[in-house]
Amino acid sequence: MNDTSQSFVKFEKIDKSYDGEVLVVKNLNLDIAKGEFVTMLGPSGSGKTTTLMMLAGFETPTNGEIFLDTKPISKIPPYEREIGMVFQNYALFPHMTVAENLSFPLEVRKISKPDIKEKVQKALDMVELGNFGTRFPAQLSGGQQQRVALARALVFEPRLVLMDEPLGALDKNLREQMQYEIKHIHDRIGITVVYVTHDQSEALTMSNRIAVFNDGIVQQLSTPDILYEKPENSFVAKFIGENNTLNGVVRELNGSSCTVELDGGFGTVKALKINVNEVGEKTQLSIRPERVSIDKTTSDSNNFSGKIEELIYLGDHIRARLDVCGNNEFIVKVPNEGSFNHKEGDELKLSWNSEDVRALDL
Amino acid sequence: MEVTISTAELLTTDGIPLKQSLRKAERRNKLRAFLLVFPLLLFIIVTFVMPIGDMLLRSVDDSQINSVFPKTFEEYKNWDKGADELPPEEVYKSLFFELANGDKRQIGKALTRMNYAKSGWKSLIKKTTREIKKIVKKGEEPVSYKDTFIKINKFWGDPTYWYSFNQMVNDRSSIYYWNALDRTFDEDGDVVLQDEKRRMYIKTWLRTFKVSVYVTIFCLILGFPVAHLLANLPLRYSNLLMIFVLLPFWTSLLVRTTAWIVMLQQNGVINGILVWLGVISDDGRIQMVYNEAGTLIAMTQILLPFMILPLYSVMRVIPKSHMRAAQNLGAKPAMAFWRVYLPQTIPGISAGGLLVFVLAIGYFITPELVGGKDGKLIGSWIAYHLKTTLNWGLCAALGGILLGIMLIFYWLYNKIVGIDNIKLG
Repeated sequence: MNDTSQSFVKFEKIDKSYDGEVLVVKNLNLDIAKGEFVTMLGPSGSGKTTTLMMLAGFETPTNGEIFLDTKPISKIPPYEREIGMVFQNYALFPHMTVAENLSFPLEVRKISKPDIKEKVQKALDMVELGNFGTRFPAQLSGGQQQRVALARALVFEPRLVLMDEPLGALDKNLREQMQYEIKHIHDRIGITVVYVTHDQSEALTMSNRIAVFNDGIVQQLSTPDILYEKPENSFVAKFIGENNTLNGVVRELNGSSCTVELDGGFGTVKALKINVNEVGEKTQLSIRPERVSIDKTTSDSNNFSGKIEELIYLGDHIRARLDVCGNNEFIVKVPNEGSFNHKEGDELKLSWNSEDVRALDL
Repeated sequence: MEVTISTAELLTTDGIPLKQSLRKAERRNKLRAFLLVFPLLLFIIVTFVMPIGDMLLRSVDDSQINSVFPKTFEEYKNWDKGADELPPEEVYKSLFFELANGDKRQIGKALTRMNYAKSGWKSLIKKTTREIKKIVKKGEEPVSYKDTFIKINKFWGDPTYWYSFNQMVNDRSSIYYWNALDRTFDEDGDVVLQDEKRRMYIKTWLRTFKVSVYVTIFCLILGFPVAHLLANLPLRYSNLLMIFVLLPFWTSLLVRTTAWIVMLQQNGVINGILVWLGVISDDGRIQMVYNEAGTLIAMTQILLPFMILPLYSVMRVIPKSHMRAAQNLGAKPAMAFWRVYLPQTIPGISAGGLLVFVLAIGYFITPELVGGKDGKLIGSWIAYHLKTTLNWGLCAALGGILLGIMLIFYWLYNKIVGIDNIKLG
């Protein structure tokens, strides 16, 4: 998939600035294979929507070139790019019925009336809105509007579909339902999708690969599991999933592992060496809450204790906020096996494997 | 599933019928709401409904003259115009006594009314009344009233004077409306065209329409891009532009109109620049004011904000993503504008259009000042009759027709676009 010679969409050295002073996107290099579902994930202002708009043709790259199917597209106007797009607020045309909205892209392509009718019906059936053709967008619920927008972006069989936070306006249940639906449609018709969101769970659910954006730079581009389990820097570690951090200084490097002395004299931790290069460097350790064991000791030296600050009962597990090595936001997830009988204020014995601790940049 | 509907009245927990309880609870709110709007209601009734009602009544009212000459008019109706050239003796006799005994002030008012029907009545009656009073003073009783009248003035033997009574003999009369459309009554009371030299209203009505339609179209053509800019520019530029739109709005109408005279007159700014640039010769200065062109130019500029503001308010809420979406779906910018943007501005176009048209059709000051002889609109006639001839009946009829036209347009608009589609802000 990562073979660039096969890449369907290719961003090459893309810079983008609006005012000539600040770069919104910095040296973006990204390859997307045909049929892939790639998500650009990042906080607002990280440049992900700008990147999408450059691909759609509504913004011009300040530097670099975008290739679609090996052809440069910077000079092609948006209406000739054959790229479908689902907009943030759907951008359904309020003066047209659902069917008219869907036939619009076909009409401008001068497709014959019976063909239009058939394609529109097929697209509506695909999103399970077969009987809604005569309604106006205002008469539909948010979820239905979302489906219409999706159908409209697909009805003219574009080469590529872009989605700009399409589920942002929906409530939680509907959002999850639509995530699966979009994923299923993608699986069924095999179209290439570039998806933009700031919601990490959405990204994890749907994507083949995720590009994590921050400050106009792709911090890490990888599959969801690698992103979660092997973040390459502290931004990704913090942005994806829940994460406990401990700050310290590297004391010893040893192949793929290292020893870190925690700030405040709380002892040393053995960790994987990911983003540190030399002894004496400051580092931030990242441990996922579910990788912390309670009341066990490991062969590593990673045995600590923490005071329970807060316990939250969540049914399947208990979420404990602890004060560990000076960090009072240290979260541990205790599976609800019926044997946990500590109270707030108790001291807990904690331990973790050195493979589960990643020494990242500060 | 079967649904059973209980026919019994719904009761509250305390056993009072629900509807009654609700009414009671709502009564205070209703009263308060009514009291809040009451001053406004009163204001509208006193300053709007009553004057308009009064004017509309005046446009069909002829009761004053009927109270002065009741007997004469009654006898007049018995005149068989086909058989006799002049009215019967009874008419002359009634008129004799009504002139002799009538209240001088009331007769004076009636004379003004009679003069609208036919000029010459006023002096004829005044002269005759003097003679009649002399005869009455002497205590003579004329043998033939008809002959006496004709002896006093030969016009009493001219049937055209008598024919003009036709339009006054009833308490309610449609003559003012017919006058406002260049029509009058002939000897048999049928509607006919006025003499050629007295026809001026139809011409003015048509011009009023033409000017209003043109002004509306020009305002739309000029206002649409401005409104679009206003709605789409970044805030700091659009604020500045908005001030440019509103500044003339806040300037006195009179100042703006006279400014246009300065600009457009033959020795004015525009002609001066054109001559200076050598586009036209000094002898060939263009006449741009005191004619229809002047009216069009000045009215378009003055009414422009009324088009821009409703358009702006509609365009502001059209998401920018719509044009993008249309292009993304394959429409060229022109097509995207035509199919996606323009249809969404229709509420603004129709609101602005209706507003400008309605304002233009009744416009007075600007056409009066820059219109010259052939740029005057119907409003000028209304003002003329209101202030100069004091023919309020005709004024009211002209105004009534104007009101009627606006109501027709409103109705048409509602049929075609739907009034709830209108958007003013």
